[in-house]
Amino acid sequence: MPEMTFARAIDFALETAMERDERVVTFGEDVTMLRRDLFVRFGPSRVRQAPISEAAFLAAGVGAAMAGLRPVVEIMLVDFIAVAFDALLNQATKVKAFSGGKWNVPLVVRASCGGGYGDAGQHEQCLWGLLSGMPGISVVVPSNPKDAAGLMLSSIECDDPVVFLEHKLLSDYWLDYLGLGGRETVSFDVPEAGARGEVPSPPVPVPIGKGIKVREGGDLSIFSLGVSLHRCLEAANQLEDYGIKPAVIDLRSACPLDRELIVSSASRTGRVLVVDEDYAGYGLSGEVAALLAESGVKADFARVCTEEVIPYARRLEDEVLPNVRRIREAAVRLCALSP
Amino acid sequence: MRPDPEDLYRRMARARFCEEALSALWERGLISGEMHLGAGEEAVAAGVTAHLEEGDAMALDHRSTPPLVARGVDLVALFLEMLGHEEGLCAGKGGHMHLFSRDLLSASSGIVGSSAPLGCGFALAAQYLNPGKVAVAFFGEGAVNQGMLLEALNLAVAWKLPLVFVCKDNRWAITTRSREVTGGRLARRARSFGMPATRVDGTRVEKVWEAAGRAVERARAGHGPSFILASCPRLQGHFLGDPLLRVFREPLRQTLEIGPPLLRSLFSRPLTALASRVPRLGTIGKTIALLGVERYVLERDPLQRSAALLTEEARRRLEEEARREVAEAVERALETAGRREENA
Repeated sequence: MPEMTFARAIDFALETAMERDERVVTFGEDVTMLRRDLFVRFGPSRVRQAPISEAAFLAAGVGAAMAGLRPVVEIMLVDFIAVAFDALLNQATKVKAFSGGKWNVPLVVRASCGGGYGDAGQHEQCLWGLLSGMPGISVVVPSNPKDAAGLMLSSIECDDPVVFLEHKLLSDYWLDYLGLGGRETVSFDVPEAGARGEVPSPPVPVPIGKGIKVREGGDLSIFSLGVSLHRCLEAANQLEDYGIKPAVIDLRSACPLDRELIVSSASRTGRVLVVDEDYAGYGLSGEVAALLAESGVKADFARVCTEEVIPYARRLEDEVLPNVRRIREAAVRLCALSP
Repeated sequence: MRPDPEDLYRRMARARFCEEALSALWERGLISGEMHLGAGEEAVAAGVTAHLEEGDAMALDHRSTPPLVARGVDLVALFLEMLGHEEGLCAGKGGHMHLFSRDLLSASSGIVGSSAPLGCGFALAAQYLNPGKVAVAFFGEGAVNQGMLLEALNLAVAWKLPLVFVCKDNRWAITTRSREVTGGRLARRARSFGMPATRVDGTRVEKVWEAAGRAVERARAGHGPSFILASCPRLQGHFLGDPLLRVFREPLRQTLEIGPPLLRSLFSRPLTALASRVPRLGTIGKTIALLGVERYVLERDPLQRSAALLTEEARRRLEEEARREVAEAVERALETAGRREENA
């Protein structure tokens, strides 16, 4: 299996899909430059640059998908999707239901997300909770190159709208573009296992809505995704010193959630910690709690999430985003509740 | 009324030296995130802000420092904000893309196009609470294809708001040439909403001053909004460390990064497509080359062009004063920031 970066893995999957299916096209701001390799290979009719008009070109993606294309529409940073929210909230996710199931929207929205490089809360949000709240949508958040390629392929093959989120700490070009700018005077806490790794060639689809247990343990179930997953694994190592052995689950999809995996792991350990870089309220962590309650699982519950507007100053930002210390402390407290 | 060249040049020089100081702090790793400088926009900032008075509002975009500095924001607080310090303009929580000064009724945003509707709101409040006060909305030509901006143009006319739209046309929307993704002509587009629109050379401060004077006067008199289209350069690329400008600064490194994947695409199967791919490679190369030519060959520095309005002695004196003021502010900010680290 070739080794590649997280960023390359995504484009590799997109390239594979474009090669297999002529209906797959991609457009968005700056894509001629951002996806220049695809542009050279597939040309301007399939790799099309758009004006800074998210509302128009995302909604155009919905129409194009309804009329026979399979567009992968790029919203540079997921924060900017606010400008184009109607396209998802009132258009893409309504078509199938309103048409009585007779018309579907095979649309992929690709966006970078996440923080950790000091860009503040208008450019560093995750928003998968907000997006997942709409019936009729899937939201995937890979944490490593293999899943990134597999989930991109599945997203394109999916016949309904999917939001594919690419964390900027894992994507080297985004981090260089927005954070480093070629400087050697700044550094970021990049999880190596997420930024680079082996990817099957051709990429193998990863089913949407399927999580994976990445660490065995019987004391506690930690559910996470994206960059936070790596923070959880680091915390899990430290928790060994406290005599705590947590299971760590990579949810991989924020929506739909892997109900079976969540229920089985939580039932086994009786303790649940959700670590979510997205906002604490009305989102993924609460959804996991609701899912467990609905399934009759009795488990102690805690969450480590982003609870306020992400501040600019990096030392403040480090405390606001889920970090290893906060995860470790929450796990220790949780295990002390019912020794 | 006649422009005061010394006042205008002082505003420009202070703004420029602040941008240079920010660039140096950024290089040292003391500023995080995407640092979009407004170097090249000084004549626009100076020519417009010279007409503003207390109680007037500014809605700013992601290149917000030149108007704030030209308007007289506290420089130490500004630099402390960039350093992420709690004594900064926004307690270190906003940073360079999200600068807020309630005293100056000025707010910036990193969402392209959002300054226009925000400016409508500022103008509406002025119309209602403070007749005679005005608002200015600054944005780039890349923003004029945002729906919310076009809606704001109409709203301002429909409500006859005391607002001046200032479009800084540097010809580039991030790495895309604006003309490739923009239909029609911008001044004509603005006029079609029913407001006066003027094109000015945004590197000539006296021209900006004249156009802004007419627009502000019209707004103050309650006659509604105007649109100013000011061409100006983007001297530091989209943001500091812009990878396309790095092609010119570190050609070897960037070529090694960009080149191999492009060649792989060029020669990927089927090879029969090679002939159609070569011109596309040319498109990429042309974009990068154009960016470089415009930046390094054609660009006109507004400070150099405005220096002609002054005697050599006055120019030197104003620059020295501004340079000293900015350097002292940076030093004080760094001292304060250092003090915190020592105490920690």
